[in-house]
Amino acid sequence: MKKYFSFFRLRFVTSLQYRIAALAGLSTQFVWGALLILAYRAFYQAEPEAFPMSFQATATYVWLQQALLALFQPWGFENDIFESVQSGTVAYELCRPVSVYGMWFSRTAARRISSVLLRCIPIFLIAPFLPAPYGLAGPAGAPAFFWALFSLVLGSLVAVAFVQIVYFSTFFTIATEGVRALSASLVEFLQGAVIPIPFLPDGVRQVVELLPFASMLNAPLRIYSGDISGAFLYRVVALQLFWLLALVLVGKLMERCAMKRTVLLGG
Amino acid sequence: MIEVSHLQKSFRVARRNAGFSQAVKALFHREYEEIHALSDVSFSIGEGEMVGYIGPNGAGKSSTIKILSGILTPDGGECRIDGRVPWKERKEHVKHIGVVFGQRSQLWWDVPVIDSFELLREIYSIEDSLYQKNLSRLTELLELSQLLRTPTRQLSLGQRMRCEIAASLLHSPKVLFLDEPTIGLDAVSKLAVREFIKELNREEKTTVILTTHDMQDIEALASRVILIGKGRLLLDGTLEDISAAVGGENSGQIDETLAQLYKQYDI
Repeated sequence: MKKYFSFFRLRFVTSLQYRIAALAGLSTQFVWGALLILAYRAFYQAEPEAFPMSFQATATYVWLQQALLALFQPWGFENDIFESVQSGTVAYELCRPVSVYGMWFSRTAARRISSVLLRCIPIFLIAPFLPAPYGLAGPAGAPAFFWALFSLVLGSLVAVAFVQIVYFSTFFTIATEGVRALSASLVEFLQGAVIPIPFLPDGVRQVVELLPFASMLNAPLRIYSGDISGAFLYRVVALQLFWLLALVLVGKLMERCAMKRTVLLGG
Repeated sequence: MIEVSHLQKSFRVARRNAGFSQAVKALFHREYEEIHALSDVSFSIGEGEMVGYIGPNGAGKSSTIKILSGILTPDGGECRIDGRVPWKERKEHVKHIGVVFGQRSQLWWDVPVIDSFELLREIYSIEDSLYQKNLSRLTELLELSQLLRTPTRQLSLGQRMRCEIAASLLHSPKVLFLDEPTIGLDAVSKLAVREFIKELNREEKTTVILTTHDMQDIEALASRVILIGKGRLLLDGTLEDISAAVGGENSGQIDETLAQLYKQYDI
């Protein structure tokens, strides 16, 4: 475990190495969140009854989504990993006494956590104090808050486990852009990052809610606002656990196949 | 120490002629060719030996190194290092070996070299006292004191290579694989690297296996030479055996002798 934590630490240090990037990240999410909320405001003014969530709930959803963006970012890959598979530098990672899956998992998690810690600060400092329907509202209650926290941890792990599958698929495809683009757009839309999942039409929504993507961003945010509660809450969390297990299992299997058929080109 | 018998490995290469029509044709029907990187290679190397593994481009040198270091799985044949089969007991095996791929980097690009070293210490679970001892010794012998605090991206090739070699020796491996360690180095750096490898072998009794195209590396370092070509083992002996193989008329440069030998074997 300690080994994997040290990947985590080094990745963390790396993201602090570039100061300007860190500073730029601090403000991006705040501005982006504000823009989205203003856009929603226009829609809500036209016909507030057409929306399944109140404007306040939507604003809270947007703020949380922006604050936690780095955890669920569809493009939040460790690009070094793709590059190392393509260029063959992955050879070095294969001659370390650690599991490649564990190593990549902790690197990706570290990248996301280090970046979310920086980026969430301005939003959590300012958004709760904005005037009523525009700000970040409190949780639906203490239990909802803790369930949301638990679900947030699970959701982030599901998101990282999904990315592992993308990494290992590049052992089989050589070119990585296709897999990356496809997976990023799937994650973006189906986890509720473009519009919240309750906004989807009936029939489509029920299916989307069962997919692994709904276990990422969607679950913790809606538990926080009380939209998911009671028996439905237990079902959602159980589904998160299921997808986490399933995705890790698939990733591990792919790792095993990849190791067997690794071909390293050139030199 | 190292026992290799009847090692085989082949790759599939897609080939086509130049031109647009050929490219379209290849979409539907692809011609593959089997390349026998290794067809039947056997040798054994004892503890503390220093062996030069040579052959023309594409002879299968790197493939052998990759199999011996547990990265590639061969199609056939056996290999035991210290009683372990590298590709079957990868994690246990790699604890006891060090690898340098001259054309790739194992150091983290963005952070100072010492951060990469710290990471390796955790990965290999190197004990504190051993780590400090190795680090100070390597720092002294390879003159790293100025380099350790510099980010890898700002090192010159020679400086980086010295750090790469140090990185692969932090855990006191019993076997060191060097895949073209002097590629692209200037005269001074080359001499420093050679001197260091010699000293390492003398003092620590580290077994060293070295691939290179630089025959001066071989002259300076290897008491034994293994020559392969087209995936077959052609000669296993000393440098004198090589000049004897071309008829003993070794008047000139070792490079010319070797070129003559390649011609003689038609490789």
